Order: sequence, then structure tokens, then C-alpha cells
Amino acid sequence: MLRSISRSMIFCIILLPANLLAAAERKTADAVLVADSRNLSGIMAWWANLFNESHFYFALLTIVVVPLAGIVLGTAADVLIGRIGIDLKSRALREG
Amino acid sequence: MNWLYAYMPIAGVHIWWPGLVILGLGVGIIGGFFGMGGAWMVTPGLNVLGFPMAFAIGTDITHMAGKSLISTMRHAKFGNVDYKLSLIMVFGTVGGLEIGARNVMWLERIGKIDLYVRCGYLVLLTLIAWLVFADVVKRRNKDRAARAAGRPVDPMATGIEWYKTLQQIRIPPVVTFTRSGVRCSVWLPVGVAFVTGWMAGILGIGGGLVRMPSLIYLIGVPTHVAVGTDLFEIAVSGLYGAATYSHKGRVELMAAFIMLIGAAVGAQIGAVATKYVKGYGIRIFFGVAVIGCDISVLMKVIAAANPQLKRILDASAAVLIIGLVTLLALTIVIKFIAGVREELALKHEQTVVAV
Repeated sequence: MLRSISRSMIFCIILLPANLLAAAERKTADAVLVADSRNLSGIMAWWANLFNESHFYFALLTIVVVPLAGIVLGTAADVLIGRIGIDLKSRALREG
Repeated sequence: MNWLYAYMPIAGVHIWWPGLVILGLGVGIIGGFFGMGGAWMVTPGLNVLGFPMAFAIGTDITHMAGKSLISTMRHAKFGNVDYKLSLIMVFGTVGGLEIGARNVMWLERIGKIDLYVRCGYLVLLTLIAWLVFADVVKRRNKDRAARAAGRPVDPMATGIEWYKTLQQIRIPPVVTFTRSGVRCSVWLPVGVAFVTGWMAGILGIGGGLVRMPSLIYLIGVPTHVAVGTDLFEIAVSGLYGAATYSHKGRVELMAAFIMLIGAAVGAQIGAVATKYVKGYGIRIFFGVAVIGCDISVLMKVIAAANPQLKRILDASAAVLIIGLVTLLALTIVIKFIAGVREELALKHEQTVVAV
């Protein structure tokens, strides 16, 4: 088993420089996408325009909205599951 | 049937939104049960539904961050989360993920992203499926040997035990992970996390697909604890992935939110269902899911090479992914309902006896 692990590690080490080079290559511009907001209105238009104007603020919105939504929806689902009446604080640990 | 298609403003595509709901709910159940983001079904699923690959990857990682947080909240109450192990692994994961994400942008620039990502999926899924079923066979052989020798069967015995060898590599500092019952060099979880993080960045997955079996087979964490620990790490690394992909402009937040609504309920059901299934039951389910996903990706690769078969193979891949998600999710829901009924009946009996 140690032999196969060391063979795999050698293989990965050979592949690694190619990947690091790919990551560290001379900077070229990524493809820039623009959201088509011409036929949108209301919150959808605001959303698309925010994306077009600033990817930074769009990213900020994403990392705020997603966990917040997760916590709110998760808590609500937790309350619902709690109403079933089963033990939600312990479980037996057994592989087979 | 236009009302069944929603316009995604950032990706600029029309998507069959019931597919998003099915994916979100189904993958929420599966993810909460297997301890992973379910991205290895969602990324190909989103691609099959019509998202360009880079968007499928970014949107998937984003929805996965929220869904994994929900599952972690549930698993933590069961005592399934080893926070110390998770936080140590985050360092390795984040580094690997960033390199992987940059590799994806390079692949997109040279127009090779679809081919490389799909081939990467094929190789990875095949290896993982082999690993899982080889482990199941070994464990069954051990059980048979124990029964033949008249020894009691060890409920915590496992088949493949590569972790025993790796735990002996004691490059300092050596740490103890109490919740997992593991003592090893800190570089083992960091190294595993770096490689899985890189794969996650390239393939657009939360890493759970690779990290869950890595936690079990390379680090030696019990299955239920591997599930919860992995989910916490996915929540953290998923958030980082969401930030990096949305900054690169490859996230369709609307699609992520639609999936998250379904996933919130699904994740609770999947997490609670683990109470009623033994460790090897979870592993077998996982192996079946991996095989199904492997076949679906193979269909897409063949379709890309044979344009005359593209339409039928793309449709078949879509049916397979959606069908597999639905079937697995239904099976887990059935386990959940059966387990809940049994527990409530037992509780009722105990209450009656006490009275």
C-alpha cells in the first residue's frame, strides 16, 4: 500500500508544476460577461445592473445573502422538524 | 410551455425552473444524508439544464454554501461535527480551491473547460465508486470471518483501512481529534484538504465527494462524524468559493436562491435520516449515486465527440441525473419516515409502560 501511495505522490508531483504554472502564467484578461438588463425591470434590473457595475459589490451581496438565507431557512426547517417529536440531540454510532 | 422557463439575467439563458427545484430539494436531502454539498450532481445537472459550465460551477458552489450551513446546524446537534478537524482542514481547502478556480478561468479562456472538467469527473467518480464497493466487500468478508470463528462482529470495523498506515506518519505537530477518535500528524488533514480543495475548485464541487471518502479512508473518521465534519468544512470553503466565483462574475444568484429554498427542507430530512441508517448503509447509497453520476457524465463526453448523438445523449443524461436524484432522495425520505415512525412508536410504548 505504501508503494502505491508513493507512486501516486510521484505522479501528483509531476503534474503539480503544470497546474502551478497555469495558475501563475502571464496575466491575461478573463472573459468579461455583461448581463443584458435592457428588458428587465424592478429588482431584476437592479440585480443585473449591480452585476454590470461592480463585481465586488455583487460578490459582497452574494456572501451576505447566501449564509443569511441558509440560517433563516435552516432555523425555520429546524423548528418544523422539532415538531415531529423525535430525539434530535443524539444518535447511535455504528458502522455495520 | 414558456411559463416553465425562467430567464437568468446574469448567465443570459432560459432555464427550466422545475429542474432547479427538483435539484435543490433532492440534492438537499442527499447532501444532508451523505455529508456533502451534492455538487457533483448539481454541477452536471445545471450544465445539462442549460447553464454554461463556468456558471454551473459558480452557482453550484454558492447554493452549496448555504445548504451545507443548514445541514451542519442539524448534524452539530447530533454530535457529528469535529470542529477542530474541520477548521484545520479549511486552511488546506482554501489554498487548493483558489488554485483550482484560477485553473478553471484559464481552461475557459482556451476553450477547453467542458472537455477537461467532464473527463476529470469521469476519472474521479470511477475511482471513488471502486473504492467504496471494494471497502464494502472487504467489510463483509471480515464479518463472515468473525462469524465463522465464533467471534462477536465489531460494529465499528471497516474494510479498507489505509488510514491506519497514514496515521503512523508522525510529522510534528501531532494532534488528537477527540470527536473523531483520531490521533495523527496535522499535515495529514491539511494535505488531504489541499488536494480535495484543488479538485473542488476545478470540478466545481464542494469537495465532499472527495473529502468524505478521504475523511473515512485516509484519516479514519467514523462515517457519521465524517458526514457532519465534512458539511461544516463545505459551508466554510463554499462561502469562499462563492466569493471568488461571484467576483469573477460566474454566479447566477437567482438560480442559487431557488435551489436553496428546496435544499433547506431537504437538508433537514437527509441529516435526520442518518440516525436510522448504519455507516455502511450510507456508504453503499453513496457508491450507487457516484456510479449514476459517472454514467451521466460519460454520456455528455460521448455526445460532445459525436454531434449526431448529442440530442439523444443530452436528453438521456438529463433524465438520468434528475431520475437518480429523485430516486435516491425518495429512498432517503422513506428511511426517514420509517425511522421516525419506529422511534415515535417506541417512545409511545415507553410512555405507556412508565404510566
